[in-house]
Amino acid sequence: MTSIKEKVMSRVFLLSALSTVLALALICLFLFINGIPAMAKIGAFSFMLGKEWSPSDTPPLFGILPMIAGSLYVTAGAIIIGVPIGILTAVFLSKSCPKKLYKFIKPGMDLLAGIPSVVLGFFGMAVIVPVFGESILSASIVLGIMILPTVTGISESAIRAVPQNYYEGAVALGAGHYRAVFKVILPAANSGVLAAVILGVGRAIGETMAVIMIAGNQARMPVSLFKGVRTLTANIALEMGYAAELHREALIATALVLFVFILVINLGFAALKKRIK
Amino acid sequence: MKCFEIEKLNLHYGDFHALKNICMNIEKENITSFIGPSGCGKSSLLKTLNRMNDIAEGCRISGDVKLFGEDVYGDMDVNMLRKRVGMVFQKPNPFPMSVYDNIAFGPRTHGIKSKYELDKIVEKALQDAAIWNELKDRLKKSALGLSGGQQQRLCIARAMAVSPEILLMDEPTSALDPISTGKIEELLLHLKEAYSIIIVTHNMQQAARISDKTAFFLFGQVIEYSETESMFTMPRDKRTEDYITGRFG
Ligand SMILES: Nc1ncnc2c1ncn2[C@@H]1O[C@H](COP(=O)(O)OP(=O)(O)O)[C@@H](O)[C@H]1O
Ligand SMILES: [Mg+2]
Repeated sequence: MTSIKEKVMSRVFLLSALSTVLALALICLFLFINGIPAMAKIGAFSFMLGKEWSPSDTPPLFGILPMIAGSLYVTAGAIIIGVPIGILTAVFLSKSCPKKLYKFIKPGMDLLAGIPSVVLGFFGMAVIVPVFGESILSASIVLGIMILPTVTGISESAIRAVPQNYYEGAVALGAGHYRAVFKVILPAANSGVLAAVILGVGRAIGETMAVIMIAGNQARMPVSLFKGVRTLTANIALEMGYAAELHREALIATALVLFVFILVINLGFAALKKRIK
Repeated sequence: MKCFEIEKLNLHYGDFHALKNICMNIEKENITSFIGPSGCGKSSLLKTLNRMNDIAEGCRISGDVKLFGEDVYGDMDVNMLRKRVGMVFQKPNPFPMSVYDNIAFGPRTHGIKSKYELDKIVEKALQDAAIWNELKDRLKKSALGLSGGQQQRLCIARAMAVSPEILLMDEPTSALDPISTGKIEELLLHLKEAYSIIIVTHNMQQAARISDKTAFFLFGQVIEYSETESMFTMPRDKRTEDYITGRFG
């Protein structure tokens, strides 16, 4: 009796574990089966590097370079805004934050991490768009805020993991607190900080809702920080509802490109984790 | 000539009274060793001399510590104090960077930028620490790849690269094998020509071998402080005798 129970349970555990793999396999399968033929029909070259996206023209044009550029621009913007603030916050939290203040900032960070992106998008519409318009800059600011908890949290644990005796060694040579932190502690934590940045990139590049609400979504090559842009995610989300035939397949192929981006980011993250060990 | 004059020094960690009314003068160009059982306050006194206790939470100090007549706890700049009074720790703590950058960290901190000058300082410091021949071909390699003994001599070289007047060493050989320990002792005997050295040690033979004066600590007090030779041949206090003959500790 018990042995049957044991066997059943072990199968249940195995199946649960396999469901992750299965889900991933199905997603891959779906993306490749639908995406590859579309790319072949459009031509991989004119799909990836085409600068025009106008599905309703005759003949329709399916070039996603503007969206690739759009995704890269807003992600880079998010990194430029979010990473320095995140790292400085992490340094402050781990090295000089009074306990009382920490009790406010830390749960605040966790709460920020849990705010749904539609709410952040709404905040962007109400507060940032009136100043900078629907633009790359606005999207970068909101995404920068969005990745802040990720970057801060992971950097903070990386900094805390650096042995205290490095700090003592630096201070004992006559280095001030900030010199010790920035020249010895932070470099010692660099793999962890880089991991934080990579996760931030992953979060920013995959974000959809908040970006749609504030980036303007014009399918054209980026012209200026203060002009609108459309990302890969926005392209899919905006048109999937009514797209058919080749148009629909082209959107799935867009998702495939995004998937490959995320894959590369994750491989980078895995390689980094290996290096830390 | 005295380098440190310590007068009525009391140190508390929170409510715990770790150093009780310490009065002692420490000679220049000499090796002074602090001995005594664990937890008796040797490290605490050492860290008082370069104000490393400032970063210990809840640490309060009263009394006087003078470095060549200047009040250490007065308006002396802490970073300048620590440049003048170098420290080597129990566990070797090279930074996770190259051998060269480890040594150059101190001089760079104090404003030296010229590559030529830094090269000279790095070579001199490694030579003074008797480790130049072993390391001259791996200056660009990470210091974390060195053996424990090499790491500790690197840390000594790093401390000397800012030309301190005094070196504080907290059980610098306790994590090392006998051969590395021998090398470091030899080095210290050589260094005392130019530096004043204060060394905390668990090892009484080591104190007897290398130091000129020895202080014996017990429960936060200095029980006996005298010429090393006389302390080890004719201890004045019964407790010192018990300790050095190995009856407790
Ligand atoms: N940062 C600290 N906070 C609280 N208590 C401490 C701290 N550092 C040392 N102590 C206590 O002070 C006493 C003396 O410590 P220490 O100077 O390290 O002794 P020793 O170096 O002789 O072994 C010990 O009882 C130790 O537990
Ligand atoms: Mg100690």
